[in-house]
Amino acid sequence: MDWIWGFFIVGGILTGAILGRMDLVTNAVLDGGKTAMELVFAMAGVVATWAGVLKIGEKAGMIAALARKIEPLMNFLFPTVPKNHKAREYIAANFAANFLGLGWAATPAGILAMKELQKLNRNGTKASGAMCMFLTVNMSSLQLLTINVLAYRTKYGSVAPTEIVGVGIVATLVTTLFGVTLAKICSLGGE
Amino acid sequence: MEILLTMSNYIIPVTMLFIVVYGLLNGVRIYETFLEGAKEGLQTVVEILPTLIGLIVAVEIFQNGGLLEICTNLIRPLVEPLGFPAEIAPLSVIRLVSSSAAIGLLVDIFQTYGPDSYMGRVASVMMSCTETVFYTMSVYFLAVGIRKTRYTLPCALITNFVGVVVAIWLVGLVW
Repeated sequence: MDWIWGFFIVGGILTGAILGRMDLVTNAVLDGGKTAMELVFAMAGVVATWAGVLKIGEKAGMIAALARKIEPLMNFLFPTVPKNHKAREYIAANFAANFLGLGWAATPAGILAMKELQKLNRNGTKASGAMCMFLTVNMSSLQLLTINVLAYRTKYGSVAPTEIVGVGIVATLVTTLFGVTLAKICSLGGE
Repeated sequence: MEILLTMSNYIIPVTMLFIVVYGLLNGVRIYETFLEGAKEGLQTVVEILPTLIGLIVAVEIFQNGGLLEICTNLIRPLVEPLGFPAEIAPLSVIRLVSSSAAIGLLVDIFQTYGPDSYMGRVASVMMSCTETVFYTMSVYFLAVGIRKTRYTLPCALITNFVGVVVAIWLVGLVW
């Protein structure tokens, strides 16, 4: 993470200097934090609401039931995570929220899942195989319906805004399957 | 179209209704539990706040300094022989770092080419099968103090690249 972040900062500032765009870079430095705070204010309420709803689902045993329903999938994706472990429940909740396109609502479950996975992690500050798998699946995009894209298609005069939905779902399935396969292959190297 | 938009209006309220009713039927003290969860949610937000600030500042510098353009221009000659349409290369790079910037570019493409053009369709499909990798990795890994991310980044980048290729290929196939 240090290297990626460093690349963005050092590379960005040096490029700005070479291209004579230091005024824009200055604005970026000063406004970036502000933008982040605005984003946090905007999302804090949403995250808190869904974390609350999630808790109800958790206490009612709904999330555990969900995790049990997709147990074969969980066994395949996360063989190192014991059955009935909390991590599986949060992963299931995160996948479900992503699937439904709840966006920010997926974050609390995702972070709880990472915390549970970290408890099982024997590598210290190095990611476990289960974490790599979880995030690869997460980042392969699970969302079936991209509502904002449909909205923009309508706004800019598409005659059939939803014609891309079917193709989008197929594309999402392909990338997820690909991501899973790739992470599986990488995990063969051991922890 | 109507059905899908109506459906999408139902997803969030119905999910909430379902969970709350399920909780009530199972004897959960729903309001108390909601508050407990909401409190944890807010704690999570505070925990990821520094990450978000660091992240957004870095992305803004990366964008405003012109490095993003350079990266895009470097990638363009590599992917154009593969049949990547001109505007798709920048979109696929921006999509990795910022969702809102990607939407901005998507709107540009819709305005220039139209949403029903080849470019507009590829961009639309792409948005649904790719993800903001940089953001997701930072938030989740830093929340638990992971420094060595092993093969997660290459896996995510390759998967997203495949997403773009699949989007181009499928749109070519269907239309």
